[in-house]
Amino acid sequence: MNRASTFSKPGVSSIWRRNQRRLAPLLFLAPGVVMFAVYVVLPIFQSVWISFFHWDGMGPKDWAGLTNYTDLYDDPAFWTSLKNNLIWMALYLLAIPLGLAAAIFLNQNVTGIRIYKSLFFFPFVISQVVVGLIFSWFYAPGIGLLPEITEWLGLGQIAVLADERYVTYAVIVAGLWPQIAYCMIIYLTGLNNIAADQIEAARLDGARGLRMLRYVILPQLRPATFIALVVTVIGALRSFDLISIMTSGGPYGSSRVLSYYMYEQALSEYGYQMGYGAAIAVVLLVIMMLFISGFVWRMFGDEKEG
Amino acid sequence: MGLALSGGVLASGMGSAASLVINSDHTDPAARESLAAVIEGFENTYPDIKVTWNRFATEGYKSSIRNFLAANPPDIVRWYAGNRMLPFVEAGLFADISDLWQQEEMSDAFPSMASSLTYQDKQWAVPYSYYPWGIYYRADIFEEQGITPPEDWQALLAASRQLKDNGITPFAIGSKALWPAAGWFDYINLRLNGYDFHMQLTRGEADYTDPRVKNVFDHWAELVKPGFYNQNHAALEWQDAVPLFAQGEAAMYLMGSFTVEVMKSAGLEEAQIGLMRFPTIDRDVADAVEAPTEMFATPANAPNPDSARKFLAYVARPDVQAEMNRIAGTLPANRHASVDDSPLTRQATALLSGVESVSQFYDRDVPPRMAKVGMQGFQEFMVRPDQQADILQRLDQMTRRLYR
Repeated sequence: MNRASTFSKPGVSSIWRRNQRRLAPLLFLAPGVVMFAVYVVLPIFQSVWISFFHWDGMGPKDWAGLTNYTDLYDDPAFWTSLKNNLIWMALYLLAIPLGLAAAIFLNQNVTGIRIYKSLFFFPFVISQVVVGLIFSWFYAPGIGLLPEITEWLGLGQIAVLADERYVTYAVIVAGLWPQIAYCMIIYLTGLNNIAADQIEAARLDGARGLRMLRYVILPQLRPATFIALVVTVIGALRSFDLISIMTSGGPYGSSRVLSYYMYEQALSEYGYQMGYGAAIAVVLLVIMMLFISGFVWRMFGDEKEG
Repeated sequence: MGLALSGGVLASGMGSAASLVINSDHTDPAARESLAAVIEGFENTYPDIKVTWNRFATEGYKSSIRNFLAANPPDIVRWYAGNRMLPFVEAGLFADISDLWQQEEMSDAFPSMASSLTYQDKQWAVPYSYYPWGIYYRADIFEEQGITPPEDWQALLAASRQLKDNGITPFAIGSKALWPAAGWFDYINLRLNGYDFHMQLTRGEADYTDPRVKNVFDHWAELVKPGFYNQNHAALEWQDAVPLFAQGEAAMYLMGSFTVEVMKSAGLEEAQIGLMRFPTIDRDVADAVEAPTEMFATPANAPNPDSARKFLAYVARPDVQAEMNRIAGTLPANRHASVDDSPLTRQATALLSGVESVSQFYDRDVPPRMAKVGMQGFQEFMVRPDQQADILQRLDQMTRRLYR
């Protein structure tokens, strides 16, 4: 190092030298923080602000106060979407035990197990659009397999995507297919890390089957379960692509969830209600924050314990 | 030769080459070919103008037009007439072309369409074609069954009953995209309450709880409740219902004239397809036809306004419209344009002769925000007619919110 030059310019470089340890991490964080602020945090506040206006996205904004929110309260379509969101979340959680079952089933050493594993993982790799199309054909009256089955059972051709009673469940089933594969992969990795000596010890103590699973394996899989829970809940809340592809929210809006309803009101072909769409987005944000802060809380708690 | 020569002189006189950018959703083969022919002809007439044509998929076009109009406007856009264009006009995104209308005497060429392209006494677009809606029927099945095309409501009900009893679904429909159901609402309302009331309702000046609207739904229920429509239509796109019609499982299909090409490619001969006007319900109500207009407009901030106006003037010409509509299988908007002589085109033209008023279609006559809610109501009614009172209540609540 050139001592002379460092001493000749005491200003900037000495501040830098004194605070190097404190400044360096900030500098490294800066690009990420700036991006996050500009593209995530700022738009959140803009959305909240827009939700107080009537605005068609092009012309002038009219102050609306809380009318967008009171309108939401009176809007049956909003409540349908919210109810569907809750159904999505509840049923999507099935992906966790089913994924665990698949993982345990595949966690063995037979020839060709890698092939079976990749086959099970396949639905998660293909695009949601493809998943949606495959299931649409499976459900389609006239060409699909499911209506044929219901007819064979003597129930007549049931077009589940055209029936408001079944449509949400039918879309969730399509969504579960890749989600189960995702949870399975998480658990497979978890199962790899299980301490073999503990299993050995438990076996010597006479534990097997379900007791082994309940008291020895599951506790060791807790981190995996936590991650599976987080990705599943978030996956359920942002369900959009399958609904858009399979039903467009129909029949007559009965399969919409909040994210789709927001898109429809603000951005779609007939949607010119930015304020109303933003209000829906704010409600969705609040729901997501409740869950996510719950998770973060748990995570901090666990880290302190550990 | 003479044309090319004068064009060459023009180009050298102007010096630098101009350009023109067209954004449109002409993606069906026939529609694409028709606009390609227009562009080729335009480039031959104005060799100094270089045309760039951006084609979009229809559904994507409908949502992206707002973005490119505001951020990166082309010189020419295709859009819909009626209330459907008002958001863009009101936001100042479309250019006023009233002077072009005067200069090119367009009021004389497009008398019946002028009103749907006029707002605040100014004209905002040039129409190039339209397609009337009517009931397409299987002429061969009607003949087999000894049915003559029904002219009034009672005859329509009787014919439907007879078809149904013989194991044929009277009407094919695929309502997944919602708008096919709106054709039924529009026509029953037009025949029952007339054009003026239909316009009042779509402008938000009448209530959906009005007894006249209830009457429309009561009539519609006479078709829905006995099961005169194919099952599971809420899961079908309109194209998915065409095979039912082509295979003889259904005998009638209320649609726009663009459906003919699809029916032919599903295996039907032109002689098997008939077209009739929607039957009369009330004899005292003047005839009206549902015939959406297709048009071109130029954005207010178009980079090449001169080229845009030349294109609009060119596409308004009767010879240009005759040729492009012949290719697309639609009807030219210019009343001086010649029409090709196929039987179905003749029938389609006949639908409009002696008609006083032309409506644009539900999703173009109501403000965009109302369109979706209204059409969802129609679809729900076609699945659950017993919900009628609920649906009308909901539409009424929506109009109060949207029109306030």
